Amino acid sequence: MPSSAPNNNGRKLLLQGNEAIVEGALVAGCKFFAGYPITPASEISEVFSRRMPEIGGTFIQMEDEIASMGAIIGASLAGAKSMTATSGPGFSLMQENIGYASIAETPCVVVNVMRGGPSTGLPTSPAQGDVMQARWGTHGDHPIIVLTTSTVRDSFDITVKAFNLAEEFRVPVIILSDEGVAHTREVVTLPASRDIEVVDRTVPGMPPEMYVPFQDNGRGVPDMSTFGDGYRYHVTGLTHDVRGFPTMKSEEVNDFINRLFRKITHGFHKIQMVDTFMTEDAQVAVIAYGSVARAARRAVLDARSHGIKAGLLHLITLFPFPRTVVERVLKKCRWVLVPEMNMGQMVREVKRVNKYPTHVEKYSRVDGHIITPDEIYYQLMKA
Amino acid sequence: MSQEVTRLVHKYLRHDKKFPHVWCPGCGNGIILGALIRAVDRLGFTKDEVVLVSGIGCSGRMPVYADFNTLHTTHGRALTFATGVKLVKPDLKVIVIMGDGDATAIGGNHFIHTARRNIDLTSIIINNYIYGMTGGQFSPTTPYGSMASTSPYGHIEPTFSIAQLAETAGASFLARGTVYHARLLDKLIESAILNCGFSVVEVISNCHVHFGRRNETSNPVTMIKSMKENAVTVEKAKKMTPESLKDKIVVGVLNDIQKPAYINEYQKICEKAKN
Repeated sequence: MPSSAPNNNGRKLLLQGNEAIVEGALVAGCKFFAGYPITPASEISEVFSRRMPEIGGTFIQMEDEIASMGAIIGASLAGAKSMTATSGPGFSLMQENIGYASIAETPCVVVNVMRGGPSTGLPTSPAQGDVMQARWGTHGDHPIIVLTTSTVRDSFDITVKAFNLAEEFRVPVIILSDEGVAHTREVVTLPASRDIEVVDRTVPGMPPEMYVPFQDNGRGVPDMSTFGDGYRYHVTGLTHDVRGFPTMKSEEVNDFINRLFRKITHGFHKIQMVDTFMTEDAQVAVIAYGSVARAARRAVLDARSHGIKAGLLHLITLFPFPRTVVERVLKKCRWVLVPEMNMGQMVREVKRVNKYPTHVEKYSRVDGHIITPDEIYYQLMKA
Repeated sequence: MSQEVTRLVHKYLRHDKKFPHVWCPGCGNGIILGALIRAVDRLGFTKDEVVLVSGIGCSGRMPVYADFNTLHTTHGRALTFATGVKLVKPDLKVIVIMGDGDATAIGGNHFIHTARRNIDLTSIIINNYIYGMTGGQFSPTTPYGSMASTSPYGHIEPTFSIAQLAETAGASFLARGTVYHARLLDKLIESAILNCGFSVVEVISNCHVHFGRRNETSNPVTMIKSMKENAVTVEKAKKMTPESLKDKIVVGVLNDIQKPAYINEYQKICEKAKN
C-alpha cells in the first residue's frame, strides 16, 4: 500500500541519521511517537514533535521510557503504527514493556541509538554494547527482531523495513543505531513513496463472533483487530489461550510459546537481511554491523589493493541471527574478523555457529571512538 | 431488580470466559465491576466504544470478565497504555482500573503525569490498603501502625492520600466512594466518565483476607459495615473540624473543575502546524 505521508520524494537532502529514521518512519505510515529526552536520540523526538502535528499524527513526550513504551503499545492496539526512540539507559527501562509487546504480539518499533555504557556511561559517544540486551533484555523466552543501521541512507530504509516486519509478524522490532550513525550528516537521496513497499498488519475479515484473536494459522501470525472496530477481545501480558484469556494449562502454554517462536522461524527468509561485499573469492572476511560495517567496507578495498583477498559480510539483521549466510562465509574463508564497539558480543554468535577450522578473531573498541578503516585494515594484515 | 441484574450480566459479562472469577469470596471488586457496568449501561455507550484497561494485582483481573475492548497491562503502567489508546482513538471511552499499590507506588509517576496532562481518561482506583494478590504486603495507603506481611511489627510509614495526590497533580474530576455505597458509586463513575479530562474515582474496598485478618477483622461484612459507619458525605464534611474527620471516609464528588483537556490542546497545535 503506498504511503500517504508527506515525503521528500527523490530529493537530495542533507540529513543526519536520526532525521533519516523519522523520514523512514513517516513513509512507513508511523502515526504515533512517544519518547523521553535522551542523548544521542533526542533529535528523533524533536523532529517528530514538528512533523506529527502536520500530518495529524500524535507526538507525546512521556514522563519516562517505561511510559513511552506503554503508550506506543496502547497506540498500536488502537490501530496506529507506533514508535519510540532512546539510548542505553532508556532502553533498559523499556525492557519490561518490550516483553509485553512480545507476548501480546503488538507491532511497534523501538530505536536504540547506542552510546557507551554501562549505566550513564558515555552519553555522547558511539558504542555497540546493547546487542545482547536487544536480543535478551526482557525476561522470559521471547521472539524479537533486531536490525541495525550503518549510514544515514540506510537508517531510512531500515526504519521502513522495521515497520514492515513489525506489522507482518506482530512483534516489537528493535533498531540499533549508534551515536556515529545518528549524528553523521550527509547528503542522501530518498526514494519516491511509490517505490517503497509498505506493509500493514492483517486485520480480521470475518464477522466478530467468528473472530478468535490468537488463533494459530499457517503463518503463526493471527489477524489483529483494532480496539473500537467491533472485535472486542482481551489483551494480556499473562500467558493466554487462543481467545486471549489467561491460561496455565500446559498444552495451551506450550502451543502459545512455540507459536511465538515459529512465526519468526517461518519468516526467517524475509527477516534475514545482509549485504555481502567482495565475498565471492574472499579468503579473509570481516563480519560487521552498524557504523563499523561502513569502515569495514573501506578496509576491504584497502586490503584488496594490497593483495589480500578480503570480503565483508555486513549484518543488517542481528536477530534472528542470520546463521546460514554467516556459515557460508565461515566455510569459505580461513580467517574471519568481527570488529565491534563492545567487548565482543556478536563474535560469540559467530563463534557459536563456526563448525569449520576457520579462525574467528574479535576486535574490540570501547573507548567511545569509532572503529576506523585503518584499524580494520591493520587487523586484516595479520590474517 | 433481579431481572435487571440478569440483563446486565448477560449483556456485559463474557460468557466464553471461564467463571468463577479469581477474587476471594466477599471481595469488594465485584461490587465495583457491577457499578462500572451499571454506569456504562446508563450512559448508553455501546460495548465497542468502551476500553477497559488495568494494571497488575487483584484489580488487574477485572477487564477479563467484561465484554469490552479489554487490556490487562503491566504493573503500574495501565495509564501509559491507556494514553496511547485514547490519543489514537479519542472517541473511545477509556476506563482504567488500578489498585492502590498499582496506581500510587509502582505507577505513581504515571499517575502524577497523566493527571497533570489532564488526558481524558477515567481512572478507578481500588484502595484496599494492601497488596492483596501477592499476600498482604503494605502499600502506600496502608495506615500507620497496621500489620501487613512485610510490617510484622506495625507499619512505620505515613500514607498517601490518593485524592490529594490526584488533585495536586491536576486531575479535573475527583470522587471517592466505598463498596458499601454501591448506588453512590454508580453515579460517581457515571460523572467521572462524562468528565472531559482526567477523572479519578477512589473506591475504598475490603481485603479481609490480607488486611482485615491481620488487623481488626477477617469478616468482610464487618469491614463493609465499618465503611457505612465511618462514611461522611462531602457536604457534611464541610461542616466538620479536621479532628472530627480523622478516621472518617469522605464520600462524594471531592473536586470537579473545568480545565483544558490534553486532546483539545493537541488538536489546536495540529491546526497550527497545518497552516
